[in-house]
Amino acid sequence: MKIVVCVSHVPDTATRIKVGSDGKTIDSAGVTYIINPYDEYAVEEALKTKERLGSGEVVVVTLGSENSKETLRKALAMGADSGVLIRDDNQRDSLGIAKALAEEIKASGSQLVFMGKQSVDYDNSIVGQLTAELLDYNCVTVCVKLDINGDKIIAEREIEGGREIVETSLPAVITCQKGLNEPRYASLKGIMAAKKKTIEEKSAAVYTPKTEVVGMHLPAGKQPGRIVGSDVSAVPELVRLLKEEAKVI
Amino acid sequence: MANKVLAVLEQREGIIKRSSFEAASTAVKLAKDLNTSAKAVVVGDAISNLNEVAKYGIQKVIHLKNSELLNYSSSGYTEAVTNLAVEGNFDILILSNTALGKDLAPRLSVKLDAACVVDCVKLNLSGNDIILTRPAYAGKALIDVKLLSNKKVITIRPNVFKALIAENSTPAEILVKELSSVNLKSKVTSFRKSEGKLDVAEADIIVSGGRGMKGPENFHLIEELAEALGAAVGASRAVVDAGWRTHNEQVGQTGKTVSPTLYVACGISGAIQHLAGMSSSKYIVAVNKDKDAPIFNVADYGITGDLFEIIPALTKEIKKVKQS
Repeated sequence: MKIVVCVSHVPDTATRIKVGSDGKTIDSAGVTYIINPYDEYAVEEALKTKERLGSGEVVVVTLGSENSKETLRKALAMGADSGVLIRDDNQRDSLGIAKALAEEIKASGSQLVFMGKQSVDYDNSIVGQLTAELLDYNCVTVCVKLDINGDKIIAEREIEGGREIVETSLPAVITCQKGLNEPRYASLKGIMAAKKKTIEEKSAAVYTPKTEVVGMHLPAGKQPGRIVGSDVSAVPELVRLLKEEAKVI
Repeated sequence: MANKVLAVLEQREGIIKRSSFEAASTAVKLAKDLNTSAKAVVVGDAISNLNEVAKYGIQKVIHLKNSELLNYSSSGYTEAVTNLAVEGNFDILILSNTALGKDLAPRLSVKLDAACVVDCVKLNLSGNDIILTRPAYAGKALIDVKLLSNKKVITIRPNVFKALIAENSTPAEILVKELSSVNLKSKVTSFRKSEGKLDVAEADIIVSGGRGMKGPENFHLIEELAEALGAAVGASRAVVDAGWRTHNEQVGQTGKTVSPTLYVACGISGAIQHLAGMSSSKYIVAVNKDKDAPIFNVADYGITGDLFEIIPALTKEIKKVKQS
């Protein structure tokens, strides 16, 4: 079975965001880029599935520029077999990303696709569902437990206050949430091997966007409040403030 | 009439959720601004509070009914709502950005060839253009998004838009449409409630613990304070990664972004990822030994000191105040 994992190359979560000179995107100067944290669960689940089946191939796919190859290499170092970079130096909206991914998945013939439940840059959490609908595949989002048996899928997804148990079948797109598995570290051997694995470059069909980011700004920062005290004697005053000033209790 | 607006409501166990009334109210306001009308749809089996939707100014509620759709089915809901939106010529669909709304909205957008923007915190009209503001980078930035398509599917962040009671509301017309067949390619078969009493994503008050708690055995202090406040228990990434608490309690980037009325951070220094996920809380209280901890930069009220003395005292004091 060919398993496709879609990954994205995103700013490290420790990044302090500054708005770029275009007023629409971040200033990427000095920003470290990493594999999207949720995509690590996707790579791990794909590798586990392949290991369980005893055969198959894990292809990791991303959409982006030359720099995105670093993220592909990271997934290859974890154990994926090969990579595909869909070359597009322009920022696409979610549907544009999904269309490019769907095109590639269709061409690959893969029936099982993993990706992170969201990218930590734009936080949309919709690319999985869009891709699945474009392909007419089933889709389980925010997956924290997965059982695939033949064509049958029983998955658990995180929702408010608990977990939903979902039954569906292949072909499917699964979007992965923290808790699904424990992503493996790339070994030194894995990192060396990744250098020899192929990354195929492709281009995507031209896309006319349906949304446009027209501005980016930083939220109004919260002003530091007051230190009520430095020991247990400050507690009654804190509770009084919460009750009388903030009126929250 | 162009630009007809449809609020897609969510029911659980036959009760329409509070966050859906925010979607209904937002749809009514948008329709008014666009000089058109808003209706609402809800998918499910028996629903007990259909009439309540009228309070928010919706005059017609369409109930797509089938006993197989008591629980969520992504395929069943997508098909049913798509068919209704096409038949009724709805151009703008509004959902609450809940687990269900987030799952369903993009699917509908593909079927309807619509633009999809999720998790909006602000909706502005500029002429006939809709400009939506939504957080990105876990709330470290806000982006304004223009929709370039006539058809639009929008989700709004819960607890941000108000569910406004409409003046002179009249009882809604309720149209029950029995669905003869449903697409059950994907289907929720059951729901398992998590152990915690309240979910951080939905709680009005959250008490969170961080590495300053020194170990999982001390989290009973957080739980007791949460109980006294009627709050949910949250956790920082450090303590989730250390295995002290489960991931569904994690607040911050790679956890949940929350904006409760009151957020109490205990022994949390305030890493940028954590601050991103909680600094839009209305009031923030921080208890931390380190007076230079970044959490104090966003806290409205802080106590610098030993949390093992302060938290139990706080629990006791709150109980006392609540009883009086």
